[in-house]
Amino acid sequence: MADEVVLLDFWPSPFGMRLRIALAEKGIKHEYKEEDLKNKSPLLLKSNPVHKKIPVLIHNGKPVSESLIALQYIDETWNDNAPLLPSDPYLRSQAKFWAEFVDKKVADFGRKVCMTKGEEQEAAKNGLLDCIELLEGELGEKPYFGGETLGFVDVTLVPCYGWLSVYEKFGNFSIEAEHPVFIAWGKRCLQKKSVSKSLPDQQKLYDFVVQLRKRHEIE
Amino acid sequence: MGGVKLVATTQSFFCTRVQWALKLKGVEYEFIEEDLRNKSPILLKYNPVYKKVPVLVHHDTPIAESLVILEYIDETWKENPLLPQDPCDRAAARFWAKFADEKVVFGVWTACTMEGEGKEKAIEAALESLAHLEKQIEGKKFFGGEQIGYLDLVLGWIPHWLNTMEEVGGMKLLEAEKFPCLIEWGQNFIHTPLIKECIPPREKLIEYLTASLSYLRSLAAKKP
Repeated sequence: MADEVVLLDFWPSPFGMRLRIALAEKGIKHEYKEEDLKNKSPLLLKSNPVHKKIPVLIHNGKPVSESLIALQYIDETWNDNAPLLPSDPYLRSQAKFWAEFVDKKVADFGRKVCMTKGEEQEAAKNGLLDCIELLEGELGEKPYFGGETLGFVDVTLVPCYGWLSVYEKFGNFSIEAEHPVFIAWGKRCLQKKSVSKSLPDQQKLYDFVVQLRKRHEIE
Repeated sequence: MGGVKLVATTQSFFCTRVQWALKLKGVEYEFIEEDLRNKSPILLKYNPVYKKVPVLVHHDTPIAESLVILEYIDETWKENPLLPQDPCDRAAARFWAKFADEKVVFGVWTACTMEGEGKEKAIEAALESLAHLEKQIEGKKFFGGEQIGYLDLVLGWIPHWLNTMEEVGGMKLLEAEKFPCLIEWGQNFIHTPLIKECIPPREKLIEYLTASLSYLRSLAAKKP
């Protein structure tokens, strides 16, 4: 029986981007369904009744929600190529630890840099820079967090790299100046087709946030 | 496989869940009690990112974050598997573990700490999140099926810690009519010998929670 894979997503979502990259890395044929978050589809509401959020991966009718959980599901189900997690339990634990760190901290700081102002925005900028510094430490001399190839942490973090120039514009700061290692890593990831075709155009992202800020009356 | 240490506190259920996992797998370990008001150099060295317990140290290598530790334990010691085999079931277990840690724990603690008007709303939110768990355990002995599994360990704070929080927070959440299955599961779980031997004495837990509550309320009172 042929696998039926559907991804419910929203184009600017860094969480959705993770799954796009993973599916592309593993060459998994799937149907991409763009959700209108102001008018959520019955399929989304049925597939993720608890949170009603994207992304949701639907494999042969069974939904998997939460991007890191779906990444692990993809890695365990399509385990014959492009492994995202290493086989050693300790290295796996470190990858999961750092992916959770990115999930908990980086995305939230990034969102606040775009959607707040004044003191709250300053705190978010500093938070984001602190996170990037810690992550650079973890990356060390390796080309990717996964070693010689893209791994779990790379796939989790690279969407934030995709949002970088947007964070810099709204936060009025330069991440590149302070963190060349992080930038070099991001550019290296972008050379992979699975990444470059999964990250949206930065200008489009910028315009999206401008509209969002207007709607939320942030000046 | 030797050299297992657990840097933890007796009161924290994030730590107890790791103890349960080690005991279920028959792993010997050294328990290193941490004083969170006066964090040791060991903790700061082993968990520089969060400076929190629990930290599992295996062959001098630290692993932090309780859910990450549970999966490490499951992959390193293969007897009595904690997570199910099927990727779909594994994803479901992980989903509910994340939901429980983010929504249920937070919701119950908020209901506990809130006073006045906000308390009713916080209680409602906590009940809503607990209702999801009631649905998940319906018709099953344990969340893991016939045996205790990953999700039972993650939710294992409910039978002992939750009712202590109810007492300290002056509220009732787990009522028999609304949560018959969750209550029955809780009793089955907490009376399992391996599980029971790790839980902190009730009086100590009440003391600890009461102190935490006073501290948090005093911080809230100081805010402008």
